[in-house]
Amino acid sequence: MSDLVVALVGKYNYWLCVVLMMIGLYAVIAKKNLIKKLVGMNIFQTSIILFYVSIGCKKGATIPILEHRADHSVLVDATHYINPLPHVLMLTAIVVSVSTFGVALALALKVYRKHKTLEEDEILMQLRSE
Amino acid sequence: MIEHYPALIVVLPLLFAFVVSGAAWIRKSLCFPLAVIGMGLSALFSLLLLVQVAATGLVEYRLGGWETPWGIGYHVDYLNGLVVAVVTVLAFVNMIATRKNVIQETPEKAGAFYSLYLLFIVGLTGILLTGDLFNLYVLLEVASLTSYALIGMGSGRAPMSSLNYLFVGTVGGCFYLLGVGYLYIMTGSLNMVDVATLLPQLFNSSAIVMAFIFCMVGVSIKMAFFPLHMWLPNAYGSAPTASAGLIAPLMTKVMVYVLIRLILTVFSVDFAFVVLKMGDPMVWLSSLAIVAGAVFALAQKNLKRMFCYIIVSEIGYMMGGAWLGNNAGMTGAILHILNDAIMTLCLFLCAGSIFYRIGGLDLDRLKGLFRKMPVTMACFVTGALSIIGVPPTCGFFSKWYLISGGLAAGQYGFVAALLFSSLVNAILFFRVIEISYYGDFEDHHGHGSSPEAIMDSPASMLVPLLIVSLGLIVVGFYTGGIVSHLINPILLKQGF
Repeated sequence: MSDLVVALVGKYNYWLCVVLMMIGLYAVIAKKNLIKKLVGMNIFQTSIILFYVSIGCKKGATIPILEHRADHSVLVDATHYINPLPHVLMLTAIVVSVSTFGVALALALKVYRKHKTLEEDEILMQLRSE
Repeated sequence: MIEHYPALIVVLPLLFAFVVSGAAWIRKSLCFPLAVIGMGLSALFSLLLLVQVAATGLVEYRLGGWETPWGIGYHVDYLNGLVVAVVTVLAFVNMIATRKNVIQETPEKAGAFYSLYLLFIVGLTGILLTGDLFNLYVLLEVASLTSYALIGMGSGRAPMSSLNYLFVGTVGGCFYLLGVGYLYIMTGSLNMVDVATLLPQLFNSSAIVMAFIFCMVGVSIKMAFFPLHMWLPNAYGSAPTASAGLIAPLMTKVMVYVLIRLILTVFSVDFAFVVLKMGDPMVWLSSLAIVAGAVFALAQKNLKRMFCYIIVSEIGYMMGGAWLGNNAGMTGAILHILNDAIMTLCLFLCAGSIFYRIGGLDLDRLKGLFRKMPVTMACFVTGALSIIGVPPTCGFFSKWYLISGGLAAGQYGFVAALLFSSLVNAILFFRVIEISYYGDFEDHHGHGSSPEAIMDSPASMLVPLLIVSLGLIVVGFYTGGIVSHLINPILLKQGF
């Protein structure tokens, strides 16, 4: 039991990401409404972004901006700074996620104009009867 | 100039994509020539790069001059040098061949279409050239996003199919990203070569196993490997002709390249085959993919949808060959990336040419087509023979390597699946040929043309189509050279 608590509390950031990811995946697979599916997809992407952001963090560390000294003798101790790389990567991933969302909304709009509904089962019924 | 070839291949289409979308505001007729220039330059530089790689074996390029593990490096060896040349040249041919289809199907959107076309090439060439795992993810999404848009331009069920593809594809991309995250946590690096040097000490870590599985699942979704293929037939089947001819031959093949690159360069052959012992189950799954693709293809009543299921089956060929874990299997898989791209393009160009004249691709509308469109159908027969695997077309040689690899590895189920699918392909194509050779042509539009009149597509479509079908035979004749000069060196380096 105590092992389980340690595993849950010690790595709570990973557990939160897993929970978010499963919520997103559930929505993408199970929801019938296209916009709900879209939101689920976005939650899925966000969970992975949060995963990356959390792995760059460190307790008691600060942002990686170095102070300039006149004598150029800057001694940098890496343990005092968080790792900025995953955060920078996620800036790109956020851009990807936003553009995916944009393309998906445009397609959903096109689907709505054609079928006058966003419910997947009704659209499939219309497509079958064509 | 010569040292900048790898960057130019990716940057020029990107630049021209913006120029094309700008030119669309001035004059619509400017879009096509500008796009051809951009695409042609990219194809030219990738051929020059292939020559350079063939001479030196490896070309490294550092973007912005940053040293590699810190900066993003392009890492071009025989494998991606070959694939990038094939991809850009075929995309160039398809662009020329489908000009009339674009005018016919999406007349108002030429500017948007050609800039998306070029952006898609940016994504594909970037995936092929990059030596950085995260960069690969970003370019993967560039290629995927543009392909959603290109497919969504079609009519009928295209927007819905494209949206479904988007949901599945995004989940696939996210799985890959998650796998890269695991790798980054364990190694602290994103450069493929650097990760490969750091990994051997970590082979027993379960995080690396999970990283491998996540990456494989993500890439398998994007390439439509059998149980994850559901999006492909609808998406490619309802895409406009020009988009289908671009995306169907290239996207899935590039994803197979990514898989082979991950196995060969990043995780190493030892990890995939010795530590994880993934070989056997994956070969069985591939055999299943081959059989299922062939059976589904039999049930189709539409030519394009039939091709889509053949692609699902062909993906099984390449995955199975890659997972056989011996020299002949891997050679067959890499050779089949090249061959299958050309064969699929040939078939889709034929479909485009038929669609241009007939306005539909249902099998019962193809009656009497041999008399009406003799050149197109001759090319169709060449493509069909290559898919079936009849010598001297190139499809025979890659299938030969795959079968001998299967026999050497003792995977008789895989060999049986290959033979079964060849048989089914023969049935599929001879059914189409029978319908179109016998039976009178019925003019559905009532133009009143006599059934005997030859009314083939314009030369601008037929010349590229003839070049591609000749390519099938030429590549077949040069298979020995391609294998010994380009494919074997990379496999020997990885210990096959």
